[in-house]
Amino acid sequence: MTWIVKNLWLIPILPVLAGGFGAVARQRNRVFAASLAIGSMVLSFLLSLVAMAHVYSLTGQGTAAREVFNFRWFEFGNEWVSLGWVLDPLTAVMLVMVTFVGTLIFIYSLGYMAHDENFTRFFCFLSLFAGAMLGVVIANSLLLLFMCWELVGLTSYLLIGFWYQKPSAAAAAKKAFITTRIGDLPFLLGVVWLYAQSGTLLFYNGGSGAIEHSALTALVAQTTSSGMAVSTAIALLIFCGAVGKSGQVPLHVWLPDAMEGPTPVSALIHAATMVAAGVFLVARVYPLMSASPSPVVSGVVATAITATTALKVVAWIGAITAVFAASIAVAQNDIKRILAYSTVSQLGYMMLGLGVGGVAVGIFHLITHAFFKSLLFMGAGSVIHGCHEQQDIRRMGGLRKWMPVTFAAYSVGMLALCGFPLFFSGFWSKDEILHSAHGWSVSQIPFYLGIVGALLTAFYMTRQMFYVFFGESRLASASHSTTPPNAPNDTPHESPSVMTMPLVILAACSVLLGIIGTPAWNAFHAFLQGERIAVDFARFGENGILPVMLASSLVVFFGLALGWWLYGRKPIYSADQPDALAALHSQLFGVLENKFFVDEIYQATIIRFNGWAASASNWLDRRVWSGGVQLVSQSVLGLSWFNRFVDANVVNAGFDAGCSSATRGARLLSHLQNGRVQNYLRVLGVALVVFVLFLIWGSKG
Amino acid sequence: MLAWTIYVSFLAAAVLLLLPENSARLARMIALIAATAGLLIVLETLATHHSGELISVAHIPWIPSLGITYHLASDGISMVLLLLTGIVAVAGILFSWNVEHRTREFFALYLALIGGVYGVFLSFDLFLLFVFYEIAIIPKYFLIAIWGSTRKEYGAMKLALYSFVGSAMVLIGIVAAYVVAGSRTTSLEELARFPFPVHFQMWAFPLVFVGFAILAGLWPFHTWAPTGHVAAPTGASMLLAGVVMKLGAYGCLRVAMMLFPLGMDPWGFHILFLNSWRDVFALLAVIGIVYGAMVALVQEDFKFVIGYSSVSHMGFVLLGLMTLNRIGLDGAILQMFSHGVIGGLLFAVVGRMVYDRTHTRDLAALEKLHLSKVIPFAAVTFVIASMASIGLPGFSGFVAELQILIGAWRAFPTAALLAGIGLAVGFAYTWRVMQKAFFGSSALAGDSALAGDSVLAAPAVHTPPPPITLPERVGAILLLGASLAVGLYPQMLLNLIIPALNSPLFEGLRKASWQ
Repeated sequence: MTWIVKNLWLIPILPVLAGGFGAVARQRNRVFAASLAIGSMVLSFLLSLVAMAHVYSLTGQGTAAREVFNFRWFEFGNEWVSLGWVLDPLTAVMLVMVTFVGTLIFIYSLGYMAHDENFTRFFCFLSLFAGAMLGVVIANSLLLLFMCWELVGLTSYLLIGFWYQKPSAAAAAKKAFITTRIGDLPFLLGVVWLYAQSGTLLFYNGGSGAIEHSALTALVAQTTSSGMAVSTAIALLIFCGAVGKSGQVPLHVWLPDAMEGPTPVSALIHAATMVAAGVFLVARVYPLMSASPSPVVSGVVATAITATTALKVVAWIGAITAVFAASIAVAQNDIKRILAYSTVSQLGYMMLGLGVGGVAVGIFHLITHAFFKSLLFMGAGSVIHGCHEQQDIRRMGGLRKWMPVTFAAYSVGMLALCGFPLFFSGFWSKDEILHSAHGWSVSQIPFYLGIVGALLTAFYMTRQMFYVFFGESRLASASHSTTPPNAPNDTPHESPSVMTMPLVILAACSVLLGIIGTPAWNAFHAFLQGERIAVDFARFGENGILPVMLASSLVVFFGLALGWWLYGRKPIYSADQPDALAALHSQLFGVLENKFFVDEIYQATIIRFNGWAASASNWLDRRVWSGGVQLVSQSVLGLSWFNRFVDANVVNAGFDAGCSSATRGARLLSHLQNGRVQNYLRVLGVALVVFVLFLIWGSKG
Repeated sequence: MLAWTIYVSFLAAAVLLLLPENSARLARMIALIAATAGLLIVLETLATHHSGELISVAHIPWIPSLGITYHLASDGISMVLLLLTGIVAVAGILFSWNVEHRTREFFALYLALIGGVYGVFLSFDLFLLFVFYEIAIIPKYFLIAIWGSTRKEYGAMKLALYSFVGSAMVLIGIVAAYVVAGSRTTSLEELARFPFPVHFQMWAFPLVFVGFAILAGLWPFHTWAPTGHVAAPTGASMLLAGVVMKLGAYGCLRVAMMLFPLGMDPWGFHILFLNSWRDVFALLAVIGIVYGAMVALVQEDFKFVIGYSSVSHMGFVLLGLMTLNRIGLDGAILQMFSHGVIGGLLFAVVGRMVYDRTHTRDLAALEKLHLSKVIPFAAVTFVIASMASIGLPGFSGFVAELQILIGAWRAFPTAALLAGIGLAVGFAYTWRVMQKAFFGSSALAGDSALAGDSVLAAPAVHTPPPPITLPERVGAILLLGASLAVGLYPQMLLNLIIPALNSPLFEGLRKASWQ
């Protein structure tokens, strides 16, 4: 066992220690806190690179290289609970991604939070969060993973509610923590069940781990009372945790609200790491998810994924979420909220990828998304910073003139997110998902949902781009009411280079990452599965790869064009002007009716559906899911009040009545009694003596 | 040496009563020294006997004609609870530092209670155990009735009555067992070896179990707990939640389950879906978990929330006991320790840090005080204690409840699911009370920001409350440290518990129903 495997724990511990020191340090020294946090992240990043190099040197043997370090946490009798960490390709890529993006976001925060009075506290929380997240990544035990998972939830609560003076931030933090906790409860029960069944919570342990061959065979063989395999039931319970953390329908409601946190937090937690933890969890327990009664090959994901019940659920939830959230994003006006719904939608794609295509497909999108989405969030932060905390895209406009670097970086992120063909990583990762969905044996519907989602994504991102960066600035007109017109800082300004540099680096990564995931040179895929990495252009010709690529490219172009048509041609001049999509029924309808027959079809189908689906989803989001949550909480409250009533008036009153009748009885019997304890004692004592005498008498007789 | 935990407590209590009036400072010091001495004795014993084996401390014939001996001994389970008692006793005194009314009597009764508790955990003679159990009730009554608050007479009376009813049931069971076993001995070890007839165990087990479990807050006999906790002064409510409720759970295990294991066998017929006393008590425990949590959710009095949370957490102990598998039993004993320190700390924050400063426990009133700004140490302590209480990994509660859940999953999967719901509601009420008591409602916070300092100045606290004192800090750190240490390295206590459960004492239990 090499040094790096033994000391993998250093990677999460370093940020935790940095956070701890930052918290304990008496003097609120900004430079000290920030350099401690960034230094620890950089060290973790370097260690992650070492880990990556180590794994890389072991790949190519056909199976995934995997080394574990386990130790017993506590034991009782002949059973014990072990913890440990695992270094395999999945761990390695996640480690590098989290530490790299994390480092950039830390640096960016230097600029973004520069004027915040709680600067040191921010870095302390951020470091703690990063440590917990890295703990999730390296965990080789479902228990350790769960523990870090909870810490991730806690620190994310602290970070979302960082500006807790803002009522909306405090409420959002609470909502986030509670909603994810709802998912965590089934997760915990899944952990408990898995332990109760297999006696271990280690993932890999030289053949005796819970998701290795022998344990899985046993789990698959057993069935619950409803006829479902135990492995499926446990997998679904664990998936509930992933649904909560990764904002999948129906537990996605917290993620858009979580945008109340500082923007670096949104970039770190709600784009790159925490929300991806759910996807990562599914990938980590993939053998459990894909365990089917037919013989399973431990550790190796077979080329053709067997569509087990658990994986079907994952795929469907993912596909539905992808479209659902994307259509909501179309109708939003807050720059971060659009990105939040977009994140939900992209997480849906990752789940879909896992469900239909295996670990590598989902995780590749996770990695590329982490880069371009944190780029977008940090770009949005730069925009907000430059526009003096303005978040409404209708009040922006024309920013490309003032913020050229942000604009350029944001455009790259936007094109990557849309999946603009060939040059952007998002294209390759999304294409891989769509291709897998196309080849799914169960149903073609997720594939079409994915296509629709891609269209919507291109559409809403175009809309956002035109609103924010094109046309004339509407910022000044908006702030007329609150500040004097001649205020010098009314005009937007470019952010300092400490904020723009990370953007540029991330933009470069958003482009370059695509190289390792093309069908011809699918290095990422091969690396995760331990295959030899080779270039093979013939793979482009394999079953349906090119048609799917073509279809998704067309959809993207169409979405971009549609966005340009509605928002780019005639930029809005005032923030109060209604949205082009909303105004569609009157203006656009008449213009288009005589010109293009095609337009009419689009009008009647896609656009109307688009608007309708957006508002319906919005309505669903506001009424049904929230309403459902409220209904449950209200009924719990109602039941609780009832319980309290019972407690006060029945259980307790029964006691009181019993006491008073006893007292009355005692008074009747002897007028001396006044209800003192010693008198009760006397009565009890007498009764006891009588009873004992009776017993003794009985035993003799 | 361990026996001196009892003697030191009682001796110090006696010394305190002999002190002249107006010697509050001296009384406090003596009490603290006595309690610390007790803790040190336990720690010293732990240092030499850390494998959980049975240590006999004293074995003297007491009433030979009846076979009653003065037998003090300790196995791993006792050691865990002795350690808990030592820690909570010291912390309780630290948090009672500000008692000014009849100080020496307060601490004398406090130490007498501690002495009785040590006695129960050390007794290996049934009769002796019962005597100590009774001794512990009397000081409880006076501590609440004299130094308590909110409806203290009612609370004290209710507590005393429930305790007496419980002990009456226990006494009947004990005497019956004594008689059935041939009226020769009251030694726990010998009785544990005696094969009681099944039909006898079938009625003796529930009788004794309920008798003890009343003190452990078994639903529906729990109503003494919230009122008693609320009425009690801080130190006493810490002892009540931290130690006295564990007396009940300890009795359930040590007497009811150890002597009458066959009482948990199936009846041979079903009532609804219940098939044995074990099912019945598991059901009651789960109801207690969910019910206690739900009632806590809608309380308006800060202390009532914690009071009901004790019912909920003790439900986990009882559920763990009823799983009858090793992991569940381990978890139950760990949970006793865990709830002892965390529950004690929660009561300390409510009673000492908050109530003694603000003179209100009404959550609506506290909401306006912005206590997180006024007494940040209390807020931080409460937040950490809440996290420990809702089972955040790293604290003892997580390890304990995890083990109980796993055990329950093996024994009664449905019960484990319901207990999971209890955990979720537990999360909700903890959150609610934390927000309300310390962080105000955010809307109010916004108002106050607009209205300047007027809101802060308006409430009854005209002058800023006295700062958190050193004893409070030490006490809080002691309790949190204990929870954290066990949470990170549970093996520490498991090394004591497991050999004890493997000892010949529990052979009957293992044979009868071990899974």
